[in-house]
Amino acid sequence: MLEINGIAVSNGIAVAKAYCLKEPDLSFEKVKVTDIDAEKSRLKEAFKKAKLELEEIREIALRKFGEEKAAIFSAHLLILGDPEILGAIEAKIEDGWNAEFALQETSNMYIEMFEVMDNEYMQERAADIRDVSTRLLSHLLGIEIQDYSRISTDVIIVAEDLTPSLTAQLDKTYVKGFITDIGGRTSHSAILARTMEIPAIVGTKTATRDIVQGAPVIIDGTSGKVIMNATEEVLNEYMEKQKKSEEERQLLEQYRFLESVSADGHHVEIAGNIGKPEDVEMIIENGGDGIGLFRTEFLYMDRQELPNEEEQFTAYKTVLEKMQGKPTVVRTLDIGGDKILPYLKLDHEMNPFLGYRAIRLCLDKQDIFRTQLRALLRASIYGNLKVMFPMIATVEEFREAKALLLEEKQKLVVEGIPVSETIEVGMMVEIPSAAVIADLFAQEADFLSIGTNDLIQYTLAADRMNEKVSYLYQPYHPAIIRLVKTVIEAAHQNGKWVGMCGEMAGDEIAIPILLALELDEFSMSGPSILNTRAQIAKLSKTEIAVHLEQILSLTTANEVEAYVKKNLLK
Amino acid sequence: MKKTYKITSPDGLHARPTTLLVTAVTSFESEVSLTYKDKTVNLKSIMGVMALGIASGSVMEVSAEGPDAKELLDKVTEVIISNGIGVEC
Repeated sequence: MLEINGIAVSNGIAVAKAYCLKEPDLSFEKVKVTDIDAEKSRLKEAFKKAKLELEEIREIALRKFGEEKAAIFSAHLLILGDPEILGAIEAKIEDGWNAEFALQETSNMYIEMFEVMDNEYMQERAADIRDVSTRLLSHLLGIEIQDYSRISTDVIIVAEDLTPSLTAQLDKTYVKGFITDIGGRTSHSAILARTMEIPAIVGTKTATRDIVQGAPVIIDGTSGKVIMNATEEVLNEYMEKQKKSEEERQLLEQYRFLESVSADGHHVEIAGNIGKPEDVEMIIENGGDGIGLFRTEFLYMDRQELPNEEEQFTAYKTVLEKMQGKPTVVRTLDIGGDKILPYLKLDHEMNPFLGYRAIRLCLDKQDIFRTQLRALLRASIYGNLKVMFPMIATVEEFREAKALLLEEKQKLVVEGIPVSETIEVGMMVEIPSAAVIADLFAQEADFLSIGTNDLIQYTLAADRMNEKVSYLYQPYHPAIIRLVKTVIEAAHQNGKWVGMCGEMAGDEIAIPILLALELDEFSMSGPSILNTRAQIAKLSKTEIAVHLEQILSLTTANEVEAYVKKNLLK
Repeated sequence: MKKTYKITSPDGLHARPTTLLVTAVTSFESEVSLTYKDKTVNLKSIMGVMALGIASGSVMEVSAEGPDAKELLDKVTEVIISNGIGVEC
């Protein structure tokens, strides 16, 4: 028995045989050749083999998955048969280069051309070219590549990382889980696993080295544990757990298309938090009523320069279109604190969480902010956009940010570019000063959204990255509950709605209290949506309201937790 | 020999129509090119045609040269009309 630990990114338990995906080594030397004709016939031979192979895979795909999947390979065959591509490679061989280099140069040219296009469909074509090019290269080098479409028994995929083009070839009915060496919560494999609702563990570092092809593997997507060659006892234990979690999942399934309403008929909105346009799928799959928080930082991270307006526009438009008119709250750039952008070359700070971040940075570096606002405004006509400013501490900051938004809107109107007339403009309440004067903010903002992760850290003056003070991260602290109450009441008195987009919104203990306080929108990660909807459906707001006064008079977070557990968890 | 067409399918000359057109002309011997907004590409090249991004409502010209040029253009017309891709101008 062997145990490996990684980051659990998608819940559930799976037991199946390991299927290890090994990326073939397709490295080659760039060399000059003298026998041009020989090199050309090597190329032709590779094309011929790739064609036969693709025709066979297409047949299998057609039989196993139907027309839609097979179309991917038809498209690959068309690329392979494209005379311009062959011509371009041959021209490079005529310049004296070896076939491998000529192929790579040509495919890179096409990949770049499609990747920069302002259209998701065209960008995906770049992946097709990459796939075809890899296939050709493997034939040129005489290396066999694995054919994932032939998997026909239950497997757990073990890979260094999963690429989108690779997963398109997987028959999802047989894939029971993923284990990868690299990646984090937002890596492609993690998102895909959550969308497919199968367990996944990423960042194991050594899975591809330690796990043997075909070995029986257990993965526990809740604890992040991978067990290979388990003893019968352990295996039985997990089989039992798997059965139980499957039953729970089935029970939740019925809430997918139901409204979010309490047992006594009080309606709320249960929305999702996302970090990338592709995360939207997970929210839709889990029956989310909207997007309560779209963190736009991802657009700015892991790159060398600021994203331009077009790129941002495309991302926002994609999300708004996919949400089909459901409320979509987009938070403007929240960089700084623990999220840094090396290319902005900001000064190192002693207290980054209390420093130059989020709206403070945006109001200072207005060109960055204005580009984002323009992209958002242009995208606004594709859905139900609500814009939210982060880290607002003073009313002046909110006014200034809103004024910039209106300025950019006016410019677009003058340019004749359509902009929605019904965009709500709101703010995060995550700094205690904003919570305390929520009544003043509620007169100017269209909505307030409570960011509990930061609100707790600022209210209790405890760095949430510092493990030594992690005991002070107390969502049920009476101060937090009172602040939340203040914010909700202030907003409602001014006819505005209040959301919550921190971890607390999907927390089992907090939910009954938030429901009684009449929070309007609960926003959380996709997998928590159905649990929350099911919990609220069983709660009666009127019944909990009776307990509210008692809860508000409790002295410590522990008392609150114990009280809710005893009286309000059903 | 050339013919002009107006694209009427709502998504323009997108994946499916492009695939149909390229597949239809590939088996002909004649050379065939497509011109759109001063750019000319080989109609047998799927990547070339897709890179043009031809939108709905635009006009494109297809010209063929070779032994079966007429048959080729007839086939193009047939594919365009029977699949609701566009109309001949």
